[in-house]
Amino acid sequence: MTDDLNDLKKLLDQATPAPDPARRAENIALAQKNFADLQGSRDGPRLTSDRPQKGLTSGVRNMLNTLTSRAGLTASTAIVAVGLVFLSPLGDDILPRGAEVAFEPAALSDVAEQAPVSRKSVPQALEAAPAVQMEMVSGDVAVTAGTPAPSASMVVPDAPLEQLQPNAESFANADSNPVHVTTETPVSTFSIDVDTASYAFVRNALTNGQMPPQDAVRVEEMINYFPYDYPAPTDGAAFQPSVTLAQTPWNPDTQLLHIGIQGALPELADRPPLNLVFLIDTSGSMNQPNKLPLLKQSFRLMLGQLRPQDEVSIVTYAGSAGQVLAPTPASERGTILSALDALGAGGATAGQAGLQQAYATAAAMADEGEVSRVILATDGDFNVGLSDPQALKDYIADKRDSGTYLSVLGFGRGNLDDATMQALAQNGNGQAAYIDTLSEAQKVLVDQLSGALFPIADDVKIQVEFNPATVAEYRLIGYETRALKREDFNNDKVDAGDIGAGHQVTAIYEVTPTGSPAILNDDLRYSTGTTASDRTSDELAFLRMRYKAPGAADSTLIETPVSADITDTAGFASAIAGFGQLLRGSSYLGNWSFADAIALATETKGSDPFGYRAEAITLMRLAQSLSAQ
Amino acid sequence: MLMKTDDDTLALAAAQGDAVAFATLIERQYDRLFRLCFRLTGSRAEAEDLTQDICAALPAKLRGFRAEASFTTWLYRLCVNAAHDRRRRAATHAKAASGWGAWEINRRAANEDTEEARDWLEQAMRALPSDLRDTLALVLDDVTHAQAGDILGVSEGTISWRISQAKKHLSALRKEDTA
Repeated sequence: MTDDLNDLKKLLDQATPAPDPARRAENIALAQKNFADLQGSRDGPRLTSDRPQKGLTSGVRNMLNTLTSRAGLTASTAIVAVGLVFLSPLGDDILPRGAEVAFEPAALSDVAEQAPVSRKSVPQALEAAPAVQMEMVSGDVAVTAGTPAPSASMVVPDAPLEQLQPNAESFANADSNPVHVTTETPVSTFSIDVDTASYAFVRNALTNGQMPPQDAVRVEEMINYFPYDYPAPTDGAAFQPSVTLAQTPWNPDTQLLHIGIQGALPELADRPPLNLVFLIDTSGSMNQPNKLPLLKQSFRLMLGQLRPQDEVSIVTYAGSAGQVLAPTPASERGTILSALDALGAGGATAGQAGLQQAYATAAAMADEGEVSRVILATDGDFNVGLSDPQALKDYIADKRDSGTYLSVLGFGRGNLDDATMQALAQNGNGQAAYIDTLSEAQKVLVDQLSGALFPIADDVKIQVEFNPATVAEYRLIGYETRALKREDFNNDKVDAGDIGAGHQVTAIYEVTPTGSPAILNDDLRYSTGTTASDRTSDELAFLRMRYKAPGAADSTLIETPVSADITDTAGFASAIAGFGQLLRGSSYLGNWSFADAIALATETKGSDPFGYRAEAITLMRLAQSLSAQ
Repeated sequence: MLMKTDDDTLALAAAQGDAVAFATLIERQYDRLFRLCFRLTGSRAEAEDLTQDICAALPAKLRGFRAEASFTTWLYRLCVNAAHDRRRRAATHAKAASGWGAWEINRRAANEDTEEARDWLEQAMRALPSDLRDTLALVLDDVTHAQAGDILGVSEGTISWRISQAKKHLSALRKEDTA
């Protein structure tokens, strides 16, 4: 740059005023409002996209296309001034959609497309002018055209036509588990949970520069995302529990009881043939790069893991549910891949109709000794039919007894309905995973394929009875959505989570030993402290687990006492447990911070062949920076 | 070390309906947007209005963002196009309004008043043909010639040529001024 230009640049820099703060706030608010309206309206076109293309909106489009600037100019200066008032922020959808470059020099349409907002003074002039208002309604897209005063500006009204949720995501969670006093409630019962969806959510939010919503964080799912080094079961047992006790990183006066369960990994060659029904959401909302295209890539990865005797079928659901691919042996890769590639997004989401068809297909494919599973891939939006999670839950629970499992894969953000996903997977004896990247697809569908697809134990329940002589208080970290009633432990009718081949499940209790200064609840005045045990055992707790062999009606019980000796140091799982609680804003961590979580995780990372743990540390650092803002 | 999510990732998330990402993005970009709008229009009032236009239209536009270009480039392009649009509309308006009612005449007279109040720099910028002004506004905003070419849809060489033309205009103007 020459001196002349430098001078000019300096002058310009000096001359450039700071934006007016009031206008700045106003404009940003306007942008956000339009953004929110747009999100709400996103469902609109999806509902109507099955309609014939010729409609009122395309009428407007045609009118604008055929109207040249000259014709417009001569017709009326009022029209030239573009008295087209959009009361809907949907101008983008109504008018010819250019490439991503907006404001191309078309005579009139671009003015409308840009939908600028007049300055405050102009609307008054507009109101004063006689305006012929014409309302056109197509679906729930409302456009109002009129011929107001000669102004080149358009008005976006303050109140949108319908107030819509800016973001339709919903998360399933409950309040964090409280601290229990052992003498009052010595028994803690919960169902295991092998889902990992929450971790992927957290990762997605953090890498996008936001702290995840607290309700999106389910600590147990974050802990269970990572593989741990647990001993494998021996002599044909379905799984092997391993229990350790370690010092709590965030509290010197408490300990962490770490219960790890390692599922058996049968030889892959021995596994029974598999019937997979891909139930794929092809609604309009799936038409985004990280939804349907990612789904296709993910399933392509998975296909490579299947064996020739496995069968695959594809059912889609959108405006109408339909079978896209009849049951086909996995060896016919070409057929399956071309069916997969032919999928396109469009239409409304009728989750239940698709679900019914998928279960029917699975039932037709089932043979003796085979495992049938429906794999539902969706962005979580079931807006037609049974949209109530409870009703869907009942439907799936009903179908669960037919022996068909259900896994749910969530894609994309924006309207992912985590509550529905959880309801489906928990009741369908399946796993819910959230696929945000191809590497996550690799983890869920390839590396852990056998676990995701082959159950080795159904309805796994854990019950821990703490010894009041050694434990004053305890608290289960996570598993808020998986709590069971104490009496349900022995009731085989009550459903619980399942473990697939090679799955690992980790549960962590924070326990406060008797006499520790960390006890939160004072002794009661009117009842004696330790009523429970005269058998002065020095055990910490007694662990009971129940599970059913796949398909069996009766459960098996495993029991093991837990010693009160510290057997281990806090490991990576503790770092993740702490991280999850920090994200949930837990009140039990004292001054323990993201920095401590990072230090502990880094120290205990160990061998990390897939890089999952390194990624978690990056997320912790992101969370640290974001929370400091 | 603080880690910051880059604009492209935020924009992609916002394009998919992530409201928080959008809020972060607009907060981060507003000042830059306003600065460029000011340079493109040469007037504070116009710049405020243009920024408002862009803010209003941005959510809809963003749905088409596919990260084929960086977000900044994309936003600059949007901005330049919106500015063109505004100018063209003003021209059409002026044409259409000649002989129109008193309301319009008064409005235009008011505009002319503010125009007189502008200082040398603004006048110098405004005296440039609009393509040169756009180019100059971008290049003076620390955009490289290649990027500017990308934004305006012309070759890098054209940008360099326009800059030299703009310099000629400006030095001629300065001579006039000092003469």
